[in-house]
Amino acid sequence: MSTAAQEPTATRTTSGIAIEDLRIGLTARPGVDVVDDIDLVLRPGEVVGLVGESGSGKTTVGTALLGYTRAGAAIERGKILFEDKDVLGLPWQQVRQLRGEEIAYVPQDPASALNPAIRIGRQIVELMELRGLGTDESRLQGARDGLAEVGLPNDDEFLRRYSHQLSGGQVQRVALAMAFLPKPKVLVLDEPTTGLDVTTQGMVLQTMGELCRTHGVAALYVTHDLAVIANIADRVAVMYAGQIAELGDRDTIFQSPTHPYTRALLDSIPHLSQARALSGIPGRTPAPGARPSGCRFNDRCEYAIDECRAAVPELHDVTPGHSVRCIRAGEIGTWDISRGTVPDTDPDKKRDIILSLEDLGVFYGHKQVVFDVNFDLGRAEVVALVGESGSGKTTISRCVGGLHKEWTGTIAFEGNQLGHGSRKRSVDDRKRIQYIFQNPYLSLNPRLTIEQIVKRPMELFGIASGKAATERVVELLDQVALGPAVLKYQASRLSGGERQRVAIARALAAEPDVLVCDEITSALDVSVQGSIVALLESLRVSRGISMLFVTHNLALVRSIADRVQILNTGRVVESGPVVQVMESPQEEYTKRLLANSPRID
Amino acid sequence: MSVDVAPVEHAFEEVAPPKGRHGAAAWVSWIARRLGLAVLTLWLVSILVFVATTALGDPVRAILGKDYNSDKARVAQLTAQLNLDESLVTRYFHWLGNFLTGDFGTSIANQQPVAGQIGDNVVNTLVLVAISAIVMIPVAFGIAMISTNYRRRRPDTVIQTILLMLAALPEFVVGILLVAIFSTTVFHWLPAVTISGPGQHPWNEPKTMILPVATLVLAVAPYVSRIVRANLLEVLDSDYVELARLKGIPERVVMRKHALLNAIVPGIQVIALQLAWLAGGVVLVEKVFNYPGVGNQLVDSVQNHDVPMVQALTLIIAGVYVVVNLVADLLSILLTPRARTAISS
Amino acid sequence: MSATADRATPAPTPAPAERSTFQKMLRQKRFVFGGIITLAVALFALFGPLFAPYGENEVVGPPYSSQGVFGTDYLGQDVLSRLMYGGTEVLIIALLATVLSTVFGTLIGVIAAYGGGWWDEVIMRLNDVLLSFPQILLALVVLTSIAQPKAWMLVVLVGLSNAPRTARIARGVALGLVSRDFVHAAEALGEKRSRVIVAEVLPNMNAPLLAEAGLRLTFSIGLVAAIGFLGITTDPSAANWGQMINENRLGLATQAWAVLAPVFVIALFTIGTNLTADGIAQVNQRGGDD
Repeated sequence: MSTAAQEPTATRTTSGIAIEDLRIGLTARPGVDVVDDIDLVLRPGEVVGLVGESGSGKTTVGTALLGYTRAGAAIERGKILFEDKDVLGLPWQQVRQLRGEEIAYVPQDPASALNPAIRIGRQIVELMELRGLGTDESRLQGARDGLAEVGLPNDDEFLRRYSHQLSGGQVQRVALAMAFLPKPKVLVLDEPTTGLDVTTQGMVLQTMGELCRTHGVAALYVTHDLAVIANIADRVAVMYAGQIAELGDRDTIFQSPTHPYTRALLDSIPHLSQARALSGIPGRTPAPGARPSGCRFNDRCEYAIDECRAAVPELHDVTPGHSVRCIRAGEIGTWDISRGTVPDTDPDKKRDIILSLEDLGVFYGHKQVVFDVNFDLGRAEVVALVGESGSGKTTISRCVGGLHKEWTGTIAFEGNQLGHGSRKRSVDDRKRIQYIFQNPYLSLNPRLTIEQIVKRPMELFGIASGKAATERVVELLDQVALGPAVLKYQASRLSGGERQRVAIARALAAEPDVLVCDEITSALDVSVQGSIVALLESLRVSRGISMLFVTHNLALVRSIADRVQILNTGRVVESGPVVQVMESPQEEYTKRLLANSPRID
Repeated sequence: MSVDVAPVEHAFEEVAPPKGRHGAAAWVSWIARRLGLAVLTLWLVSILVFVATTALGDPVRAILGKDYNSDKARVAQLTAQLNLDESLVTRYFHWLGNFLTGDFGTSIANQQPVAGQIGDNVVNTLVLVAISAIVMIPVAFGIAMISTNYRRRRPDTVIQTILLMLAALPEFVVGILLVAIFSTTVFHWLPAVTISGPGQHPWNEPKTMILPVATLVLAVAPYVSRIVRANLLEVLDSDYVELARLKGIPERVVMRKHALLNAIVPGIQVIALQLAWLAGGVVLVEKVFNYPGVGNQLVDSVQNHDVPMVQALTLIIAGVYVVVNLVADLLSILLTPRARTAISS
Repeated sequence: MSATADRATPAPTPAPAERSTFQKMLRQKRFVFGGIITLAVALFALFGPLFAPYGENEVVGPPYSSQGVFGTDYLGQDVLSRLMYGGTEVLIIALLATVLSTVFGTLIGVIAAYGGGWWDEVIMRLNDVLLSFPQILLALVVLTSIAQPKAWMLVVLVGLSNAPRTARIARGVALGLVSRDFVHAAEALGEKRSRVIVAEVLPNMNAPLLAEAGLRLTFSIGLVAAIGFLGITTDPSAANWGQMINENRLGLATQAWAVLAPVFVIALFTIGTNLTADGIAQVNQRGGDD
C-alpha cells in the first residue's frame, strides 16, 4: 500500500477529505465485510466518481464519509480525515455538527428523501435554522439564491410547495440547493440522477459540476453509470465486491483501463458513436460473505491464474496517480476503446414487413396519449422505440403486445388487423407475438418453478406437453445460457439477469415471430445488460425473430437496432435507419436528446 | 471524450402550475361526495337492520315463545303493531318514514315510545367512549414510542408480545378479570357494577367509571399502539429520515418533526376505526358492568325480542360509526399534504 | 465476444435454497409457543368430554361449593366437568365460521381486485356497509327475531360477520398481485380468467390469508364466547364456556372458579391463536421473495 497510504499524509495540511483503510462489516455476521481496504482522497474543487455495480458497496463508502452506516452495518476500522480530525473518532455531537454544514449529502431518490409533510422552503433552511446560522431574512435570501443557482423559480409560491408538487428534475435540484446552502466543503452525491430523463439529467449534472467548481467543494459522485462518470468526474474509482479495483484520472480509466474488471465493464457498454457487439461478464457479483478468497474477481476473470486465488492483491501504482488491484496488471496487454466495434446496419437493406402500425392513437379513458403513429417492422429486424418518460413508447408496445385495449388505427400482423387486447386475438396471433417485461423481479410468478413457467406457453399453445415439453424447456434454458439445474428452482433463487433470461426463455417457448421488449435491460447492471443484448442478437440471427425494442438509452439503440423511432409526448418526431438518425439528425428534439446523452466515446 | 453537456435552457422543464388557490369549489364537491356516500351507507344499513330484525325469523313467534299457539289475541295485536300483514317493502318504507320524522315506534317490552327511553343511555355511552378515548390515545402513543425507541431489542419484543396477548382477549374477558382482581376476589377496592338511580348519570359516582373505562382502554390500546409503532418504524426507515440524519438534524428533532408528523396520520385512521369499534365492544363491556348505556339496553332488547327498540339502537350505533369514520377521513386528508392538494387541484 | 462466448459460462451458482415458509415459521418463537397453546386448548375441548369426571348436567353437591378441583356452579354441577364439556361447541363453531369467512371473504376480495373498476367499486361499497357494523351487533340484530338459534346459524352469523374483514385484506393483497407483470404475462398469453386467479394469483396469497385466518379464528372464538356470555345459546342446559360465565356471574364473589375457569380457558385459547397468527404474519413480512 505504497502511495495509497502516503497520499492522505500529504493532504493533511491541505483541505479536502481522505478515507484511510476503511472497513465496514455486518454486525450480525462478524468477519464478513461489506467494504474493505478503502483508501481514497477527495481534493477541493474535484469530483471523484465512485463507480460500481449493485452490491459493490459504493453507497456504503459514500455515507461512511458522514460517519454514517445503515442499520446492520458498522465501521470496523479506518479513518475519515477531515481538516486534521478523524470523523470516525469524534464524539457523535461533533459528527452531527459536521454533517450538513461541512460534509453534505445528496440522496439517491430525492422524491422519497424529501419529507412529504414539510414545505420545501422550510426544508431547505431547516438545518441553518436549527443551528441558528444567520437570521430569518438571510436564510430566506440564501434559499432563494440557492434555488436561482440551480435554475428553479424562487418566488413565495414555489417555496410553499410540497415535494410531490415538483417534477423529478426539480426535486433533485431542490436537494442540490439544500445541500449547498450551508456552503459545505465536502459533498457526497449518491446516484443523484437515477431515474431522470437524459435532458433533465444533463441539466442536473451541469448544475452540479458548476457548483462544485465555483465553491471549491470536494465531491464524491457515487453511481453505476460509467457514461455519466465519463462526463462529470475528474478522477474515477472503480469498485468491485467491496474493494477499489482501479483508481485513476478519468482519461486514464477510460483510455487505458488496466484491471480486467474495468475492461470487462467498458466492453459491456454501448457507445453513441458506433455500433458495438456488447458482451457481459459471466457469473454474478458475489454478496458479502460469499466473495472468493484471493482476488475477489478471480472467479469471473478471463486472465485469472492460480496466484490470483492465493492472496488478496494490493492496490498498487502502475503509473503515478493510477493504481490497480491486480497482480497481472503489467502482463495482460493493452485495451482499446474501439474493441468490439461492428458496422451499422446498411440503411438500404431489403425489408420483408411483418408488422405495421398505421395511424395508431392510444387512449387512457378520454385522454389521448399517443397520436398518429406509423411505422413497420421487418422480418429479423430490430426497431427501437426511443423517448423520455411520458413519450408513449411503452404504451405503444403494450398495444402491440395485447396488454392495452384502448386504441384506434391499425396494427397489422402479416397484413391482418390485430384485436384490441389479447382476449380478442386468435390463438395464433397470441402465440406469434410475445412480450417481455421491464422488471424481471415482477414478471415471474414467485410461487412457480422455472420449469412450470417456461413450460406453460407450450402447453397452452399445444406445442408440447409432458416429457417432451420438459426436454424443450432444457433446450431453451441452454439457449439462454442457463443450465438444467435451475429447472426446479423458484425465481427467488435467481439473480436479476438470470430471471430476465428465464423471461426470454418463456417468450421463446411460444416459438414467436415477434418479440416486444419493454426496457428489458433497464433494471439490470450494465455487465448483465451486455450479455442480454448479446443473447438477443444471437436469437435474431439464428431464429430470424423480429423485435420491437423499447428503451430510453440512445447508445443502446445504436448497438442493437436496425431502425429507430424517436418519440416525444406521444408523437413520432423522427424515424429511419439508426445510422441516419444518429449521424445526421434532422429534428431539434433528436439533436437535443443526442447532445444530452452522456457518452464515453 | 467530451466533458461538455449541451447547455439547456432551464425554462425547458415544465413548471407545475400553482395549485390550491381555486380549491374551494373542489373541496365543497369532495365533501358533498363523502357525505353522499355516508348517507348511502346508512341507508343500506337501515335495510340490513330492518330485514334482519323482521324478515329472517318470525318476530311474533320469538316474542311470545310458547304462548304463540295459545294466545291468538296477542298474536293479532303484535302482528298489527309490527304491521306484519303488509308486504316487506311497504313496511320498510313506512318504518323508514317514521324513523326519519323522529318516530322510533313503541317498545314491545313495556309499550312505551322508544324515543323517550334512549336519550339518557346514548349520553351515558358517549361519555364512556369519550373518556376511554381520551385515556387511550396518549397511553397507546406513549407505549408505541417507548417500544420504537428499543426497536427490535428485548424490551420492544417483550412489550409487543404483551400487547399481542392483550389484543387477543375478548373485551368481556378483560372486564371480568378486572372485576375479579379489583372488586371481588383479590381486592375489594372498586364497585363491580354500576348502580345509578333513575335520572342519575353514572359519572356522578366517578369510582364506578374506573373499571369500565379501564376495560375499554385495555381492549383498544394494544391495537392502536401496535399500529402506531409499525407506522413509526416504517417512517424511521424512510429515505427522508435518513437524509434528515445525514443533514445533521438532532435525533429528537428528527423524531418530532420528521417522523411523528408522518406517522400520526395513519394513526388517526386507526384510532377512528377503533373508536367506531368501541361502539360494538361497548355492548359487552356495559353488560359486564351493568352500565346504563345503549349497549346494555340493546342486549336486554334482543333478549326480549323487542324489535323496534333493537332497530332504533342499532341504527344509532351505526350512525355514530359512520360519522366517526367520516371525521377521520377528513382529518387525515387535511393532515396529508399530498391528499390535500390532490383534492384542491 | 458475444452470445457464443457467453454460453460457454458454467451454469449459474444459485443462491442457497430458501427455507420453506413452514420451516421459517417453526423458527418463530411466537408461532411455536402460540401453536402449542392453541393445540393444547383445542385437544382439551375436543377430548374433554371423554375424560370428564362427572356428567354435563350431573349435580354433585350444593351450589357454589368448593367440592372438586374448581368447585361447583350455580346448580351444584361440577365446574371442571362442565369446562371439559363446554369447549367442543365453541371450538367447532369458531373453526367452521373461520373457514366460511376465509373462503367467502377471499372470493369476494379477489373478484373485486381482479375485476377492478365498476365491480370493485360496488363490491367494496357493499362490503363497507357490512364493515360499518360492529361484529357483535350483526349477530345481535339477526338473533332478535329468532327464538332459539341453531348451531349452524351461529356458524353462518359469525362467519359472515368476519367475511367483510377478510375480504378487505384479501382485496389488498390481491391488488398488489394483479398489477404485477406476471399476471399481465399470463393475460397476454390469453389464459382464462379463472386460471389466472387460481394458478397465478391465489398461490401467492397463501401466507397472508393464513395469517388473516388465524386472526379471524381469534375473533371468532371471542365472538362465539361473547354470544354465550350474553345468554344466547343453542341449548340452555348444555355446558358452554361463554354461557358458564354468564350463569355463574352472581357467584363471582363466593365461588370465583366457576367464572374464572372458563374465562382463563377462553383467554388462553385466544392468546394462543393470536400469537400463532402473528408468527405467520411476521414470516410473511420478513421473508418475502428476495
